[in-house]
Amino acid sequence: MNVIRTLLSPRGAVFLLLAGLLIAVTVISPSFAEPGQLIRFIQRVAPIAIVAIGQYFVIVGGEFDLSMGSLITAQVVIAGNLIGQDAGRIFPVLALMLVLGVLVGLVNGLLVTLLKVPSFIVTLGMMLALLGGVMYWTGGAATGNPVDSFRQLGRGGIRGVPVIEILPYSVLVMAAVLAAAIWLTRTSFGRTVIALGDNPRAVRYAGARSWWVTTSTFVISALTATISGILLVGYAGVHPKVGQGYEFIAITAVVLGGVVLGGGRGWVVAAMAGAFALEALFTLLNFAEVPSTLRDGIQGVIIIAAVAYSASPLGGAKRKAAPPAPPQTSPPDGKEPVAPAHLGS
Amino acid sequence: MTTNIFDAPVPDTSSSTAPVLRATDLSKEFFGVRVLHGVSIELYPGRVHGLVGENGAGKSTLMKILAGVYQRDGGTVEFNGEPVSFSHPVQAMDAGLATVFQEFNLLPERTVAQNVFIGREPRRGGLVDQKGMVTRTAALLKDLGIDFIDPAARVSRLSVAEQQIVEITKALSHDAKVISMDEPTAALAGHEVELLYAIIRRLAARGVAILYVSHRLREIFDLCDEITVLKDGAFVSHTPAAELDTAELVRLMVGRSISTYFPSALEGTVPGDTRLQIRGGGNDWIDGIDLQLRAGHITGLAGLQGAGRTELAEAIFGAAPFTRGTLAIDGREARITSIRAAVRSGIALITEDRKAQGLALGQSVLNNALLAVRSVFSRRFAAAAAALPGVLNTLELSSRGTDQEVQFLSGGNQQKVVLAKWLLTKPRIVVLDEPTRGIDVGAKVAVYQLIRELARDGVAILLISSELPEVIGMADTILAMHDGRIVAQLPAGSSEQDVLAAAVAAPIGGTP
Repeated sequence: MNVIRTLLSPRGAVFLLLAGLLIAVTVISPSFAEPGQLIRFIQRVAPIAIVAIGQYFVIVGGEFDLSMGSLITAQVVIAGNLIGQDAGRIFPVLALMLVLGVLVGLVNGLLVTLLKVPSFIVTLGMMLALLGGVMYWTGGAATGNPVDSFRQLGRGGIRGVPVIEILPYSVLVMAAVLAAAIWLTRTSFGRTVIALGDNPRAVRYAGARSWWVTTSTFVISALTATISGILLVGYAGVHPKVGQGYEFIAITAVVLGGVVLGGGRGWVVAAMAGAFALEALFTLLNFAEVPSTLRDGIQGVIIIAAVAYSASPLGGAKRKAAPPAPPQTSPPDGKEPVAPAHLGS
Repeated sequence: MTTNIFDAPVPDTSSSTAPVLRATDLSKEFFGVRVLHGVSIELYPGRVHGLVGENGAGKSTLMKILAGVYQRDGGTVEFNGEPVSFSHPVQAMDAGLATVFQEFNLLPERTVAQNVFIGREPRRGGLVDQKGMVTRTAALLKDLGIDFIDPAARVSRLSVAEQQIVEITKALSHDAKVISMDEPTAALAGHEVELLYAIIRRLAARGVAILYVSHRLREIFDLCDEITVLKDGAFVSHTPAAELDTAELVRLMVGRSISTYFPSALEGTVPGDTRLQIRGGGNDWIDGIDLQLRAGHITGLAGLQGAGRTELAEAIFGAAPFTRGTLAIDGREARITSIRAAVRSGIALITEDRKAQGLALGQSVLNNALLAVRSVFSRRFAAAAAALPGVLNTLELSSRGTDQEVQFLSGGNQQKVVLAKWLLTKPRIVVLDEPTRGIDVGAKVAVYQLIRELARDGVAILLISSELPEVIGMADTILAMHDGRIVAQLPAGSSEQDVLAAAVAAPIGGTP
């Protein structure tokens, strides 16, 4: 009974969905189940799964990050243009990309926490700013082509592995990111992020530096976007369209993984499974010869359906009872209006 | 539609008039808890009827039933001699029974006139007659003797007092025969209170029946012709105001024996050094706070809603810090400008509203209990995690394990999780704001026992409560707050009457 209930809950449903989709794909195209094919599927999903993991931390903490896709684009273009054919520049440029990632996350996080601008707006602005920068730099055309040794990260792998023949580096990177994410959710930091998404006032009243916790989630998400960008340079090449729409794919995946929008509830592994389920669905549609131009429309339907499902009694998600936090400037949090100090006479 | 009550002849306000509103034997339950039973009240045209009682006496419930916000479970209401049953506040308003709540029902971005006529805008040629609306609002305001509110001004630009006048004007535009007011002076400054008095007297002179709910006994005596007292949801008395004095009224409001379940001080409890000393503390909500909390000593803080008790707790805890005065912890001057700083200094606050500030309801018992320690004392985290089972055991928490989400616990068990969270930080100063609100008697006793144990272990305690028996039963020293100031200090074992009198009276001892 418990297993069934878990599988039907938003937290577990994604695994059921993923299994169903994988079976469906295999029925249509039996070769999909071959180990070599399967590992290539995982390799293709890896960059998406990684951003979904990053987005998970932001969403479970009660915010959004819409700037991930543009950040990926920016990182791809930086790698393509600054590394060029000089293998000696790989590490300096990698360092630069990491710094940019951290910087973008810090700016996002600090604007949200210190200036109290809704994350939706901050990261939307960041998305446009980064995209604008990329367009200005590249003129909108594909430019730059980093050395093959750098591109190996995204497209290459360890050869001669039994059964699957080649173990892509991106699969290893994804596994490492997932392991780090699971570990992080079990630390005090991770628990505080989830509590923050549940009731920010309770966390503030416990003495936590909630501004810093929230900011950190944006840094994490920007770093995962950076890692994803590094993989995509190899896998997809250098073009200002690479990374486009990834923020939305990541949000869809996280929601599909049963993570409650608004925060406070959700499992990072399920969020990643959401990414796989989404891609499995697109693969299925591809095999079923549904026009790829329908992809965005389908994604839109999925995100609405997933949120509706987790909000429904069947989904079992309890809405948070806590009222939204009042603005910082309001009087202390009594329910009754506060009398001015010198009243009566 | 524009009929206004002032065209009517001034009615005879002698006692021979029939009541405009008669409520008989009202009762109301919430989730099986009786909050009102057997309460009757009659309102007469041109008279101001005061409704008083302690917090939780049922005043607001009664008002909300009359206003159509709540549905009564029993009893009858007659309005103008007809039995009525309002299922929505708008119905009551349309019938001529208006209520001015503490929270105004105004749209801040609309004009005064638009608010007054909202939902019933006068029309001309199919369009809203803006000009007519302004003219008629101006006339209504003039009838109230108000000439300083522009009917075309946006409500968001008005002061609280002016917004209240707009609410009253709205009531008048509905040709209200009865206007009830819930703590109307709670948010007003001194001179604004005088203005409100004038308006109320004017309304009464025109034959409107006023139901006036207030904690401030002086206002009750200033304004009211008759007074009804409620206690614990039941009717206590109905008396002409002239036959009462403050002492007698307080006795009627309290008149209850102190419960016996307060444990006495534990052996080995010794009042020790001063842990917290505040001199001249104040901020936007409280002022002139002189407070000393000693190790092993329980200081009780009484006062009515809006007296500034929670604001004082939040100031000590750094949530809304003091902006004036000095604060010393263990004799050393300290600056508590954030919650984090307070927690670091060994201060804990059990907040009044545990669902709003105390708990992340969707998280487990474990994660809630460890929230403060992991947020502030990360180096002590391992020790705290190891101590947690013992602490939960002492508190006799009943849950299905520490993985259970706290939203599924009873109120009493939720409060125990909050207490565990703070016990694990090993606090030296504990402020408890209404620690037994909404919890069952068993959990209450556990909370009292815990407070005694903390005192024995040398913790300084500030216990804030609306329950006078609780303050009196537990505290070694009792402070009374009023209008943001500490107005009286009473010894342990003072009577409820004395404490309440101190809490409702004007400041003692010549504060400005």
